[in-house]
Amino acid sequence: MAKEYSFYPGCSSQDKASSSNYLRSVEAMCEELDITLNHIPDWNCCGASIGYAGGGELPRLALSARNLALSEEHNKGQDVVATCAACWLATKETQERLEHDSDLMAETNVALKEAGLEFKNENKVRHMVEVLIEDFGYEELGKHVKKPLEGMKIAGYVGCQTNRPFGIDGESFENPKYLDKFIETMGAEPVEKYDKKVQCCGGALAFSEPEKSQAMIKDIIESAYDGGAEMIVTPCPVCQMNVEVYQDQINAQYGTKFKMPVVYYSTLMAVAYGRNAKDAALDGQVIRAKRLEEIAAK
Amino acid sequence: MADEKKIGCYICKGCGLGERLDTDELETIATREGKANVVKQHDFLCNADGVKMIQDDIDNDGVNHIVIGACSRRSKAEAFNFQNVAISRANLREGVIWIRPDEPDAQETTQEMAADYIRMACAETKFQNIPAASGQQGLNKKLLVVGGGIAGMTSAIEASKAGYPATIVEKTGKLGGAMADMVARIPNRSPYADPMDTGVAAMIAAIEADSNITVHLNSTVTKTSGAPGRFSADITTESGATTTDNFGAIVQASGFTDYDANQLPEFAYGKTPDVVTQRELEAMIKEAGDGPVKRKSDGKVIASALFVQCAGQRSDKEGHLSYCSGFCCSASIKEAMLLKDRNADCDTIICFDDLRTPGAGGEDFYRSGQKKGVTFTKSKVSEVVPANGSLTVKMHDLILNDDVEASVDLVVLATGLIANSGVDIDDKSAENVAQDPTQEYKVNVDSILNLTYRQGRDLPKLTENFADSHFICFPYETRRTGIYAAGPVRRPMDAAQAIEDATGATMKAIQSLEHAATGEAVLPRPGDLSFPTFRKEGCTQCKRCTVECPFGAIDEDEQRYPQYNESRCRRCGTCMGACPVRIISFENYSVETVGQQIKAADMPEEFDEKPRILVLACENDAYPALDMAAMNGMQYSAFARVVPVRCLGSVNTIWVSDALNGGYDGIILMGCRQDENYQCHFVKGSEMAHTRMSKIADTLQTLSLEEERVATYEIAITDSARTVQIINEMEETIQKIGMSPFKF
Amino acid sequence: MSDLNTAMVEKYRSNFLKEVEANVEEGDWVKMCMQCGVCSGSCPLGNAWEHPPQEIFMMIRAGKRDEVLSSSSMWMCTSCYNCIVRCPRELPITHIMHGLAHYAKRLGLSPKEQPTAKFAQLFWDNLSKDGRVNELKLGLALYFMNGFGEGIKTSLKMKDIGLGMVKTKRMNVMEILGGHSVKDKSGFHAMLKKAAEIEEAKIQK
Repeated sequence: MAKEYSFYPGCSSQDKASSSNYLRSVEAMCEELDITLNHIPDWNCCGASIGYAGGGELPRLALSARNLALSEEHNKGQDVVATCAACWLATKETQERLEHDSDLMAETNVALKEAGLEFKNENKVRHMVEVLIEDFGYEELGKHVKKPLEGMKIAGYVGCQTNRPFGIDGESFENPKYLDKFIETMGAEPVEKYDKKVQCCGGALAFSEPEKSQAMIKDIIESAYDGGAEMIVTPCPVCQMNVEVYQDQINAQYGTKFKMPVVYYSTLMAVAYGRNAKDAALDGQVIRAKRLEEIAAK
Repeated sequence: MADEKKIGCYICKGCGLGERLDTDELETIATREGKANVVKQHDFLCNADGVKMIQDDIDNDGVNHIVIGACSRRSKAEAFNFQNVAISRANLREGVIWIRPDEPDAQETTQEMAADYIRMACAETKFQNIPAASGQQGLNKKLLVVGGGIAGMTSAIEASKAGYPATIVEKTGKLGGAMADMVARIPNRSPYADPMDTGVAAMIAAIEADSNITVHLNSTVTKTSGAPGRFSADITTESGATTTDNFGAIVQASGFTDYDANQLPEFAYGKTPDVVTQRELEAMIKEAGDGPVKRKSDGKVIASALFVQCAGQRSDKEGHLSYCSGFCCSASIKEAMLLKDRNADCDTIICFDDLRTPGAGGEDFYRSGQKKGVTFTKSKVSEVVPANGSLTVKMHDLILNDDVEASVDLVVLATGLIANSGVDIDDKSAENVAQDPTQEYKVNVDSILNLTYRQGRDLPKLTENFADSHFICFPYETRRTGIYAAGPVRRPMDAAQAIEDATGATMKAIQSLEHAATGEAVLPRPGDLSFPTFRKEGCTQCKRCTVECPFGAIDEDEQRYPQYNESRCRRCGTCMGACPVRIISFENYSVETVGQQIKAADMPEEFDEKPRILVLACENDAYPALDMAAMNGMQYSAFARVVPVRCLGSVNTIWVSDALNGGYDGIILMGCRQDENYQCHFVKGSEMAHTRMSKIADTLQTLSLEEERVATYEIAITDSARTVQIINEMEETIQKIGMSPFKF
Repeated sequence: MSDLNTAMVEKYRSNFLKEVEANVEEGDWVKMCMQCGVCSGSCPLGNAWEHPPQEIFMMIRAGKRDEVLSSSSMWMCTSCYNCIVRCPRELPITHIMHGLAHYAKRLGLSPKEQPTAKFAQLFWDNLSKDGRVNELKLGLALYFMNGFGEGIKTSLKMKDIGLGMVKTKRMNVMEILGGHSVKDKSGFHAMLKKAAEIEEAKIQK
């Protein structure tokens, strides 16, 4: 029987947005796992982390509370699942803060009332990765593999916001293992000691402080190369974009010759589950993941 | 005790001994050279059958001196625990087969090693006597507690609970000590959030209700003599009336004195009444009751108070204390809370360098202070200047690296504590030492115990005036057996720690008086019945033993001969090592028992190219380190012969010169670390040995021998690899400088 | 300087810590810092901070209001949350930094040419207009935030990246004409307006 979740896709995964490929591969992966994603109707932006300057605390909490209230209304009883790290973080944080602060809860609901909504705090807020680990488990995920990614060595780049401050249950902040386990489950080999696994890529500051951010991105890619990786896999849209798209600029600045594909775990899984390149959104790679394309074409 | 010595030598063939060694040859050696009356081999000596075999010989055959040729003396001590016999252990397992390679080439020297250890063990036991208590024993269950503060009261209450009557002697007119001056104490239980009741009143009530506890107020101890089990103390009141009573053991909980804040003129102490110590602030809070605290200069309600941590402490400045007093950070937090409790608007700032809040709840208490709005500033205060009805505090902010000033109503100095540990007995200029035993005993007012011990009136100090003995291994022990220091006189601590400390010290004191009753030693040789005696007719009254005893166990009698006090003695043998005429011995450990072992080992001819290295190893650390080297599969020279000694302090130089004369090519002494961070289990033993050995150069010169042939080392129990290296290096040295010419 | 700033200076006088506790998101926690410095050492851009978090906390207690609020420091936060998970005192440091940055902006004290401050405001304006982020408009606004000439330069520099995104269908030039948005815009705007009002009232109180 299909597992159903209330899905919060977020701005970047909308059609023709920067991580629309993430959504496409997630959809393919979910089809294979018989997961039904019920989109929250009329959801809005979560505010992300960088929203702090313009929005104060309450306006930001109201953003996520609106999404949660809509979910309660339309997808009753279903856990809210997000794929974007920032969406998940902002939503979960909102839920947690309102749960522990009744004053803020009341004030937020006053604001929500203007939109004809009420937040009752009925459901859990989860990341897609948690759904995979907790509701399926590595063994079950492995059973769906049709084309093992044999011979590939992949660096699992976890980054920040799916790892801190909440993180995935049961994982450590300093060395989370779940991406490595995903890689292994799909038949590839993870980079064992990936130094920059949880290093920050600069996040939104890749736009406002490009030099500082690109210096960090360079380290992330370099460390993956040093570990023997031919590809990087990540669960976060900002990580994916920052690490992938600036490689030419970094090469120009530092004299490096990076051409490292950076894919989502869902892309990896869609290919291993036997889906074609389009379903796995491999056409969304700015730096093409050729090995995956080959496997997908087999 | 049987008059005749009948030696039984038992050789074990278990643990590979039978395969690696020619035990028949060892049996022959034990019979012919060791002169053992009974010699037996057994496949598994420490099992019930083997032990029974030995016990049967003791019971039926009159065997009373036992040689066990098996494993190290540190193994199977329970199995080979035979009563009323002398026991010697030949260490064939850890000392021979485990540290030698199992190769045909090594077989000959390995067997020679084993043979020597059998010879040595037989020689040792031949010169041992069976230890028995001295006859000085008596059980006195009463405990003398000097000091009626938190620690002293705890000690008396705990002793009474355990069934031992206690007598408290308190110098002032009331119980409670420093804690009685406090408004509240640092919390000692969850949630560690608020100051709590001092508990003094409840303790006093418990003591008053307890018929097992006697209290002498306004009294001091004006004379303490005797030994554990038979202490005699004069308790004198202010008016001079003296009572004398006997006690089994003593707990000294004499507390501390505040550091004199007058030595801190930079903080304007004494210039204005608005700069106070922590204790003075407590008095001000008491005076204020539940109302806001007012300052002394003008009666203004204190709206801001700044605490200067480490005032005159943790500093290498002349006249300052070098150490951390351990309680003052938490005390300042507590006092800041008390000020806020009485006036919520009172700003409180604690200027610290390193905030230290010891104990399980220390961090919680700190956090609670922060929650209540106490401001913590990592800064170094340099000066306090009184200015127009307020105080300007100049400080350097250590985080912002910035000089800043604050203007406050009150400055509190966290000045720390000085141990009330009595007179400095190492200061020979003071009139501390009872030089003339015939002279009448004079009371020294600064002394806490006024001991009649030859070595001085009070407990020896370890460092910074604290009456501690050994940081690591033996907390509570002092260097005076049966007298236990507890609370801040032992080391810096707060009330919670003092209570725990006093409880521990009381348990140790009870153990000590019980051991004294049976004639057994306390740490580190608990249960040992042997004690030192001397041959009076040989004594030259040089007094070295009385001076060098680390525990002040030896007095002088009226004829100026040494007078041993068995229950003060820890059985280290430092007196035996010190005696120039070699007349001091224990029943089972003497100049002879070791000397004969040295002689008993076979000495090959110079041209056999088989040197001999004598290793005198302290049984506390060095000998176990060697055993552990064997367990870890390390190897050392087959030419080494290891003799365990109770303490390096017991090594008499005669052993060294006899060994050199007897043809040993090298001698290694392994003792514990000596300096002020000593690890010597007998405090001074290793130090004494090092001093004595520094003079061995003369002996070597007389014999025209190279200086490298004798070496002294400090060894910790973890130094296994090093012990092996030292022995092997000595073998190399001998190869370089050649064999000793003294092989006859 | 804003009127609000003047009012706050008047209200809290010498007690900046109290002002932070009352007005800054999670400001209540500032007093709990124990000055270990783990936050500063854990920050990926630690070297770029004029005053790392440990110093910021100390400066708040020392009443250095202007230095803190006009500092570019908090704007260096990448929201990586490393300081939060490592703080032995469990202070929500990231949120406090965001809170301080927001408060500084609200009072008009944040540094004028701070790129992250500008970008963060653009981001908020963008999302609050239609309820969802328009990445193209946000990107262009970012490139042109320092004027037209500078914007052309940056756009050219970023041209290849933009092209890559368009080719892989991860950017849509047509978004300039409208793009994604929430359907219930009026409800959405009313909600944000109300939330802002409540917050404003709390600070003025």
